[in-house]
Amino acid sequence: MAEPHLPERQSPLEPEYHPGSHGNFEHGVDVILSETRPGSILQLAAWPGEEKRLIEVIRKVTGLALPDGAGGGVNSGARAVFGFAPGKFTVVDEAEGLAQAFAGSITPAIGTLTDLSHGRTAIRIAGPKAEWVMAKFFAIDFALPAFPLGAGRSTNHHDIFAQIQRSGADQFDIYVFRSFARSFWKALCHASEEVGYEVQ
Amino acid sequence: MLITCPYCGPRDVIEFTYQGDGNRERPQPASQDLDAWNAYVYDRLNPAGDHNEIWQHSGGCRAHLRVVRNTITHEILSTAFARGGHKSADNRAEGRS
Ligand SMILES: [Zn+2]
Repeated sequence: MAEPHLPERQSPLEPEYHPGSHGNFEHGVDVILSETRPGSILQLAAWPGEEKRLIEVIRKVTGLALPDGAGGGVNSGARAVFGFAPGKFTVVDEAEGLAQAFAGSITPAIGTLTDLSHGRTAIRIAGPKAEWVMAKFFAIDFALPAFPLGAGRSTNHHDIFAQIQRSGADQFDIYVFRSFARSFWKALCHASEEVGYEVQ
Repeated sequence: MLITCPYCGPRDVIEFTYQGDGNRERPQPASQDLDAWNAYVYDRLNPAGDHNEIWQHSGGCRAHLRVVRNTITHEILSTAFARGGHKSADNRAEGRS
């Protein structure tokens, strides 16, 4: 039987997404910018006192074990999870259908699931100057000891709310509202010009 | 001015929204005690010094916080989730949730 033909998802960055090297790259590119286009982006929230049960559900469904503590997270490459507020977590999967995988596991007694797959855009910045460029955008500490691998942060850039996960020693994944994503992307490209950047 | 969110850590004040005097005692919605409503709407301590305040970390985790701020120096003396227990500047609001 033929595969079902699903409509291809459009990127909000499309008109401003220009693969190749840009800016001051004569001496090499120091950051790589890309849109990761995960199939699933979910927000899970536990009612007061139900956080541990929700963390257990996340572990069962995704195989990812959340570390203790505010903003703790883990990133396996294909899947990622991090805390972004008390009792609230962002869960990401390369594949579509993660919301259905959680259905039935997050009971009304535990909390809520909101599917934001079409509402957020995921942008990745990687490279030796990733911390440098990020520090120009957000007033938080991007040094590895203060912002460990897998950890998540909620903050904003000129009123554009952003969730950030450190997905590598010199790599960050930024989740922004889809409607603001193109504007944010353009600003990020401008900010990366001085170090030389490549769009992949 | 930095406010240390109990969840997010120290953040610039620009990420926060002031939500008013933290000493107010909101009457029950059905209350017809006009003096209590009058006090809730109008009475303020307006201290020159430590002050109980409610802030929201609107540009971060969006939690509502109890903050004790010195109105002269802007020093933040304590922060806590509004939902839990808290330290108050003058003990008037201690124990409320
Ligand atoms: Zn916060």
